Order: sequence, then structure tokens, then C-alpha cells
Amino acid sequence: MAKKILTEHINVPGIETFEVYRKQGGYTAVEKAIKTMTPEEVVEEAKKSGIRGRGGAGFPMGMKWGFLAKPEGVPRYLVCNADESEPGTFKDHHLMKCLPHLLIEGMIVSSFALGANKSFIYVRGELMYVIRILEKAIEEAKANGFLGKNILGSGYDLELVVQPGGGAYICGEETALLESLEGKRGNPRNKPPFPAVKGLYQSPTVVNNVESIANMPWVINHGGDAYAAIGIGRSTGTKLISASGHIQKPGVYEIELGVSVDEFLYSDEYCGGIRKGHHLKALVAGGSSVPILPAHLITKTAAGEDRLMSYESLSDGGFATGTMLGSGGFIVFDETACIVRNTWNFSRFYHHESCGQCSPCREGTGWMEKVLHRIEHGHGSMHDIDLLVDIAKKIEGNTICPLGDASAWPIASAVRHFREEFEWHITNPHEASQPGAVFMGAVLA
Amino acid sequence: MEEIKPQLIKITFDGIEVEVEPGTTIMQAARKIAEADESQGHLVPPAMCYYKPLPTSGGKCRACLVRVAQGSAKDPRPMPKLVPSCITQVQEGMVVENTTNPAVLDTRKSIVEFLLINHPLDCPVCDQAGECHLQDFSFEHGSAKTRYEEERRTFEKIDIGPFVQLHMTRCILCYRCVYTADQITNNRVHGVMNRGDASEISTYIEKAIDNDFSGNVIDVCPVGALTDKTYRFKSRVWFSKPEDAHCDCDKCSGKVTLWYRGDEVIRVTARKNMWGEVNEFICNKCRFERKKTSDWVIEGPTKVKRSSVISANKYRKDLIAKPEFALKLAATQFKPIDDERAYTTDIETVRHQSIENNDKANHRSLLTDNRN
Repeated sequence: MAKKILTEHINVPGIETFEVYRKQGGYTAVEKAIKTMTPEEVVEEAKKSGIRGRGGAGFPMGMKWGFLAKPEGVPRYLVCNADESEPGTFKDHHLMKCLPHLLIEGMIVSSFALGANKSFIYVRGELMYVIRILEKAIEEAKANGFLGKNILGSGYDLELVVQPGGGAYICGEETALLESLEGKRGNPRNKPPFPAVKGLYQSPTVVNNVESIANMPWVINHGGDAYAAIGIGRSTGTKLISASGHIQKPGVYEIELGVSVDEFLYSDEYCGGIRKGHHLKALVAGGSSVPILPAHLITKTAAGEDRLMSYESLSDGGFATGTMLGSGGFIVFDETACIVRNTWNFSRFYHHESCGQCSPCREGTGWMEKVLHRIEHGHGSMHDIDLLVDIAKKIEGNTICPLGDASAWPIASAVRHFREEFEWHITNPHEASQPGAVFMGAVLA
Repeated sequence: MEEIKPQLIKITFDGIEVEVEPGTTIMQAARKIAEADESQGHLVPPAMCYYKPLPTSGGKCRACLVRVAQGSAKDPRPMPKLVPSCITQVQEGMVVENTTNPAVLDTRKSIVEFLLINHPLDCPVCDQAGECHLQDFSFEHGSAKTRYEEERRTFEKIDIGPFVQLHMTRCILCYRCVYTADQITNNRVHGVMNRGDASEISTYIEKAIDNDFSGNVIDVCPVGALTDKTYRFKSRVWFSKPEDAHCDCDKCSGKVTLWYRGDEVIRVTARKNMWGEVNEFICNKCRFERKKTSDWVIEGPTKVKRSSVISANKYRKDLIAKPEFALKLAATQFKPIDDERAYTTDIETVRHQSIENNDKANHRSLLTDNRN
């Protein structure tokens, strides 16, 4: 069995209640941190652990904490980003639903490290029942002296606020999240200044993903070095992967970073292989925003090495032959899936979720969706394919926030790897526009 | 006592060195170059959303993206992405490439394309035509053709208050009017609704904007989305003659530009600088109600500094004296536009080109008819 950090006790009945969680060794990290450590030591442990942000960008969390400005007399904030809305990613939802106290323990430890006296959990608005679970857990923690004034007699105060979002994907972008949290329209801010300098209410703020924060209790209990020993290279620790699509056992899996993609996809411990009678066609490894890969580039890199579930190995070969670990939304397609239709579906999502603030993304996402709609429904022409690539290129890197990139990458990569399929849609418009029609050429070849 | 001056920062913009105060943005540094030497005006990145009088505006339209080839003298690495020059502050020793970098110009061309895909080409009936920033921007940087085949988004016209009409179809969502409403008026009733390309400028359930400075949203609008209802369809900009004037107003500075057609004041606007930005916001009373010459003290004709239809056709008398002026200017300015057709002033060639580009049979019959 692989190492479990987050989900070790997930199957214990009643783990969502304070008593059971405490019996399983919960809140010991709070006791250890607040009673025996200084905030600087906690930050140091986070740096040692080498843990990278689990929200998608993979930025080292300890380093992010280190950037936090600490001016005198200005409050600092910790905000937990639980606005998980990426198609194909559902790990944070699972974690908060099953282990609310793990997140709260992580929030207390992290807030202590950053010197924040008020911290926020910004939860996706659609997850109202999760918000109730979290609020109940916060009440329990408060009743037991782990939250509120003077935690464990240390003189450290912390208030934890759960804020439901309004249901916008863009509010998962950290600065848009802060705007939304302030009660404004969720438009991403221009950077610099970064949130570490001017974030929530113009005060220094750290925004971290649920999973990143939930790792902190273990890091405190066992030490940053022990955490860094798990995983491979600069990809330390474990990662929750939300596996979905045409596999035998969809679900959320905790893997040690460095497991091979082959093992993750085909072993019975994890996905259990492609559904019976079918075979792999394509895969999105890190949520809908990352480039899609064709079957021959999934388990082996272009250089012929085994591809591993790690930040480095998945991005091996750049975007030409690689992808990204992203937020860990593992979407598997077998040969019955139409890539054009899927790409159109993704682009429809980004078109719907673009905030409309900067022009390339606002206009470009809609344009790409319309062109893809045209191709999928048999009205496309050959130069539409190049047009798509060109629009994607013009959006990428020219927008305020990464949503523009996220909308461009899946389309650019789909055309790069599955151009034949796009061309088939254009040369066989009647056939391609039938419901369920799929290009079989790539399978036969 | 000697005045303490802040240490100036030296940057290189398109090969030109300029010294500016710390905290200046790249855009302002470029404008400083052009203000010192007007012939360098073309170097300044275009701004569709940035508006200096409105703090925190900018960064949205991406028209002013430039490349920073060297971040600073301390850290000479180039910046990985193109940066918006309107909000990026300069660093000592920064090297910026704008017109000298093909990637920047290419991106700018694509920004024009993005802005135009949902913008109606109704310039012939639009009040803003002639002083429209989008028109200038697409003329200078855009392509003559569009690759967009789909339907454009359209909206109904909305009356916001007795003086201002909102035509969302033309809006490019620069947010300038939102900042204006936020920053210079009380009671915020004006904002953006919805998301993405469906987002629209709106007031709270079509509530009228009701305050003394609401008319300024018309001045800040780069396109014809917010128009003056007292001026709509009265004239074209280039048929009217601007005069600086002032009055004693208890609400605002009273410094305005009057736009004359004959002896009639058809429009009052705030005075704008060479970048199309207002110098001082004016109140609604000055803008909408004082429309008689007797209400004002005239200071003299407005100097329109940058090239525009207003200055080109009316005030550069040295040029306009020459009969071939208009045609020549049009021909020289058309050349940079990316179009396959060669531009010429030769009347025979022009006629042939128009035949090629239109229904040939029709035109041929017309021509033969004329000849007979």
C-alpha cells in the first residue's frame, strides 16, 4: 500500500466529528505548533517539506509563505481556496466533505505560522452542504478551545470564516477570489502587486489550496524532512488525483508522487484500467486546462522513458509532447470519445466562465467556441483549424489571469495531437455531425 | 532651502533614453518622450482602457502590451510575457521594446481583431466617429479584413438618465465609465453585469444615473457606447469647430470645449489633452444646459495636438492649402494597412480595383452605360 498522508483515516466511521478525529490523533499538530514552536519554525518546516501548491500551478508553498510582507500594524490574512471548479477535479470537495477537521487543523497551523488572526475558507457556492459540514466542524473546534480567543492558553487568537462563493470558476483565481471575498465582482486583479504584499483588504495575504493546507498537520507532526522524503525529486509528498472518464474505478485516489502513469491507470489499486472491451485514446492529466495527450505519449515520454505522476515527468517535453500535473483532474478517454466534441465542450466551459475583463480572453474564448461548434457540426473548413491555433496563440500569455492560457492550451494541444480528427470532421461533415460519430482512423493506424 | 528631488530613473524605450521619476509607468515614460518631441508620437503604446485621470484604470484591454527586454539594471533578465505598459512601473535600466518588436506589433494586431469581432461597424452613423479611440487604434494597428464569420452580439439601447444613452453593442468593456461613476460621483449605481462576452455595462435595473457629474461617462468612453442625447445625430465631429471656453461654475472648474456648427453650440465637452484624456471633469449643468455662446467666455480655438480628423481637415492650413492634400494624406496613411490591394491615387486604377472587388458584371454594364 502506498503512503497515505491525507486520507489515512478517511474510512473511520464518524471521522467528520471532533471526538473521532481527535481520537485518531487529530489536532496534535495544533498543540505541537502552538505550544512548542514559533511561527518562523512552522514556516521553516513548510519550506523543508518542499510541498508545492496543489491548486494547479505547483508553486512551492513554503516559498509563498516566505514572500508574505509583514509590515507593522497591518493585519495579515490566510485564505483557503476551496473554489474547486475545474472540470475533472473533485478532490477538495471529497476532502472537505469527509475530513473537515483536517482542513481546519491545517488552517489553524498555517494561520499561526503566518500570524493571521482571521482566516477565510472560500468554498465554491454550489457546495452548500459542504459549507454546513465545515461550519459545524468549526463550532466543534471552537467549543474545544482550538479556535477563538486565546487558543490553548497561548494568547494566540484565530477566527475562521467560511465564505460561500457565487458559483464562478474565475473566483478560483487567487486575486479574483480576494475581490469576491471583499464583496466585489470576481475580476482578477493586475499583478503586481501580488497578494503577498497587497491582498485581501489591501493587506498581505496568502491564498492556498485546500489540499496544500490539509498537508500541514502531517508536516508539523512528522517534520518537513520526513515529508520531503516521500515522493520523487522536487515533487514531494502525496497528491490527491480525481480520476474520471472511461476507467473501471473512477474516484479520488491519494498517490505518492512518482508513481508511474502506467501503474496509476492500470493497477487495481487505482483506476483499474480502461473499461472492458475498449482501449485508451487520450488523456487529460491535470484538469481540463492542461494539454491533452494522445495514447502513445501518456505512459512513455517522447524520449521513451516511463512517465511518472509528478510535476516534472508529466511536463517532460514541454507542451509539444508533454502536459502538466495541474490540479490532478485525471480524465481518461477511450476510443469512443470524439476529441473535437470534447474540445468544443471544454471551450464552451471557458467561454461561459471568462470574466470578460480583458479583451483577448473575453472575445477569444467565445470565438474559439463558435469555430469549434462549427467544425463539430459539419460546417467547418480547413482554414478553421489554423484559425483556432492562431486564436489560441494570440490569447496565450496576453491575459490578466491564467484563464486565458487555460482556455487556449486544451485547444492548441488537441489540434496538435489530433489534427487528423479535426480534418476528418471537415472532409466528412455529414458523417461527423451525426450523434456519437467518432473518427476511427487514429485507432486503426 | 534646497528642494529634495527624487532620484530619476533612466529607461530605454524603443532605443530612446528617457529619465522619469520613480513610480512612473512605461506608458507615461513613452508619453513623456512624445510630449518632448511630437514626431515620436507613434511610439506611444495605444490605450483603450487606461485613463490617467482615473486611478486604478488600465490593464484590461491589453492594447498597450510591450516587451521588456531587460527588467532592470540589477536584474537584466527579460520579462517572460508581454506586459501592459499602462500599469507596469519602470525600473532603473529597463529596456522596453514597443514598435521595434514584431511580436508586440503582431499581438497588437490581434487585440484589434479581438476588440472588433463584437463591435458593429456602424461608424457611418456613430456619433463617436472621428474621435473614436477604437477607430484610430484599428486604423493604425489593425488588419483590413476580418476572419470572424459568426454573428456579433447585440443589445438594446438603454436610456440612463435624461442625458446619456447607452448602446452596449458598441461597448468594448474598458470599465472607464465604471471607474468614473465610482470615483467622481457618489451613490454607485453603475457597474458591469454578467460575465465574459455577455457582460454589459448597466445601471441597477435600468435606473437613471442621477448626479451632477454623470455626463463625464460620455467623455471617457473610448467608443460610441455612451453618447450625449443632446448631441446625438446632430452633426459629425469633423464638421464642428472646437473652441476653448470657460464660465464661472460653482460645481466644477467650468473649463470646457465648445463645439460649434456655424454660430450654434451643438455640444459641450471637457477639455482633453493630446492623449484624449480629460483635464478636468465638468458638471452636467455646463455640459448639457449651457448651450449658448453668451453663457461662456471664449478663449480661442482648441489646439488639437495629435493627428485626428479634426486637426487634419480644419486646422493645419499650411497643408490644406494644397489641393491634393486630402488624397495624399489618405494614400500615405493607407499604405501601412495590411491589405493585399495596392493603394494608388490614380483614378483609372482605383476604378479597376473597385470593379474587381465588386460584382463585375454589374459594374461593367454601368461603365458601358456611362460611356455611351
